[in-house]
Amino acid sequence: MPDKALSHLKVLELCNFVSGPYCTKLLADLGAEVIKIEQPGIGDKARQRGPFLNDIPHPERSGLFLYLNTNKLSITLDIGTSKGRDILRQLIKQADIFVEDNPPKVVKELGLTYRELKKVNPRLVMTSITPFGQIGPYRDYKAHEMNLYHAGGEGYLLPTQSPDLTREPVKAGGLVGDCVCGLSSAIATLAATYNMRETGVGQHIDVSKQDVLMTMVLLEIAMYVNNGIVRDRLHRPILTPIPIECQDGYIMISVLSDREWRDLVKLMGNPQWAQDERFNKWLNRHLYADEINPRIREWAKTQKKEELFSKLQANAIVGVPVNTSEDLVKSPQLECRAFFAEANHPSAGKLKYPTAPYKFSETPSKIERTAPLLGEHNEAMYCGRLGYSKEELAKLKESGII
Amino acid sequence: MKKAALKRVRIADFSWLWAGAYATGLLAILGAEVIKIESMARVDPSRTMTFTMGQAFEGVDHSPVFNSINLNKLSIKLNLKQPKAVELAKRIIQISDVVTQNMRPGAMDNVGLGYEALKEVKPDIIMLSSSSFGAEGPMRRYGGYAPSFTSYSGLTNLTGYSDGPPNPMTGSTDLMSATTGAFAIIAALNHRQDTGQGQHIDLSSVESLAMFSGDALMDYIMNGRIRSRRGNQDDVMAPHNCYRCRGDDKWVSIAVSTEEEWQAFCRAIGNPDWTRDRKFSDARTRWQNQEELDRLVTEWTVKHTNYEVTDMLQRTGVAAFPSMSNQEIFSDPHFKQRKLAVEVEHPVMKKQIVLGAPWKLSETPAEVIKASPVMGENNEYVFGELLGIPSSEIKQLIDEQVIY
Repeated sequence: MPDKALSHLKVLELCNFVSGPYCTKLLADLGAEVIKIEQPGIGDKARQRGPFLNDIPHPERSGLFLYLNTNKLSITLDIGTSKGRDILRQLIKQADIFVEDNPPKVVKELGLTYRELKKVNPRLVMTSITPFGQIGPYRDYKAHEMNLYHAGGEGYLLPTQSPDLTREPVKAGGLVGDCVCGLSSAIATLAATYNMRETGVGQHIDVSKQDVLMTMVLLEIAMYVNNGIVRDRLHRPILTPIPIECQDGYIMISVLSDREWRDLVKLMGNPQWAQDERFNKWLNRHLYADEINPRIREWAKTQKKEELFSKLQANAIVGVPVNTSEDLVKSPQLECRAFFAEANHPSAGKLKYPTAPYKFSETPSKIERTAPLLGEHNEAMYCGRLGYSKEELAKLKESGII
Repeated sequence: MKKAALKRVRIADFSWLWAGAYATGLLAILGAEVIKIESMARVDPSRTMTFTMGQAFEGVDHSPVFNSINLNKLSIKLNLKQPKAVELAKRIIQISDVVTQNMRPGAMDNVGLGYEALKEVKPDIIMLSSSSFGAEGPMRRYGGYAPSFTSYSGLTNLTGYSDGPPNPMTGSTDLMSATTGAFAIIAALNHRQDTGQGQHIDLSSVESLAMFSGDALMDYIMNGRIRSRRGNQDDVMAPHNCYRCRGDDKWVSIAVSTEEEWQAFCRAIGNPDWTRDRKFSDARTRWQNQEELDRLVTEWTVKHTNYEVTDMLQRTGVAAFPSMSNQEIFSDPHFKQRKLAVEVEHPVMKKQIVLGAPWKLSETPAEVIKASPVMGENNEYVFGELLGIPSSEIKQLIDEQVIY
């Protein structure tokens, strides 16, 4: 029995930066064979983006690229040439899944639409991940992660609890927008693959990143369109809606039920102000939050973050520290779950990597191979898989196709 | 639904709240038959209230929140405090492919529905257990809601203004964790399709979100740098921000990524003198002087609506888009054409607008075919048709508050 969940699947990736590569990373980390097609000489644009090891730019030492491309193979191929596209079609013939993130116009110009590729491989599942999807007036619009976070509707609501509206709305931190789009695309891709293996029929999946991000705030949208509740990022009276400052950092406390409230009051030493009868019911506590919150903040200010975290959880109150990247890498919880694992890369050396957020009991996700060097698998794929001779490969290299 | 991708998949769904329910919600839109197993003795709080928005709903069938994340699902009532109910749950699991739950680690085992017990009933069952911190580790029993697991994950620290407090975002992170759960299930289904082997999946919401800050984590691992929040700023791009536009709280996001785009941007705004200032002569200096640059860009954007700015810049190949409010989303022509919002008829709330699947599958469309179920809507179908229990016996189970 294979010890990896997706070892029966062959994936081709023609993507840059985050969304597409994150989608196929999820598949590769669960055992799918992912061949990444990169532009000769340049490669995935993520190779040009930091963070770089020791802050020195180097295409094999981008932390962004290294993270997003674990367990993949890399070949170089210039799909701008017709020979390059011929080779791509040969690869597609052998693939189950093709993930691409090119502008719809470019795909059409290159003759790489699903309609064309289906002729080559009728079982193919092709996933196109673009900012605004394949149909609609904005299909040719450009957008980066920040633009899309705002296009999706959550940006407008952030930061929540803003003191006023004079400052700009912001996107979520990190790579949230792009990663969520990659993750969501992976669901549809594997659903279509499941269907393909049952029925023999492939298909095309049109993923609009804007659509994906809008679904992440579908509850706000539902409350607006059905109940008329309009959200903005302004401060609203809610009990401890954002993290509270302790002596040495921030803690997020979520007191929802009456039981949690009573236990928090006890933990704070039963102060007089908390005995107010108006505070007995949860909805009221939100209503009078502007009276309660300053008192809780005053108390938290005297506490240490980690100590308060343990105290709250020991009393079954949901209080959690606001972690930095350092806190995460040093977290005893994540360490116990081996969330970070060390792996050795030929150029970047030994580094820890975040692995996967789930533990599969029979087919665990693992880093068997660090991110590929640019074109590392040219010979293995072109000669081993497609049957080109070494001489032919040399010629293709010379002509800049590979 | 006859062409749906997952039409042969049945899921016994014990999950609740947003982070649990939306995972199977996504699979239900892909055609899986999702049987939500709930009880009046343990009502899904999203049926009755939303804490994040400070709203309470009447009864258990008036929540647009519950409706939006439980589309296409079926519902039965089963009070798992009763041993007979646990036996019935096992019979449902016996004819299911997947079981999902997001109670605190150990709770399912305590009622006799842990993975080991279920494997005996159905050897190839796939079970997803999701929780804030995961089922192992010193914090496995710690509770958490979206703002707390977002905070532990590191995302809260990275979100907000550089001079403001960390921000836990909206409830979106619940749905992001759920999306991770849906992916894990479908990966396990693909494995089972290939090998016949089921398995248990232990998912941590904290880790689901930590995956989204790979850049910050790698920067710490490689360089020891601890990143903090910085609004809309980017590592290298400038302009890269949201700019005020004409109107009340209207904003447009603009991102300029290459020299060519910068030239196009300058032309679009009419080549004002300041664009030739040395301070903005290349990408590096623009990034270094971005606060001043942002002020100057705003002088132009405030004269136009966010849609006008978008149109002018997109025409020249520069990425720009309004920061969309809910109202703007619903009047947007692109949104309308893609038909992401659909209307469903809810048995109690009647007409409801919901968002469907974010993908368009050419052969097996992921469609919203019905509203969320009212509590116990499908008792008859599940107990009667699927399990073959005679109606007199079903009535007795209701009287005994097993079906409750």
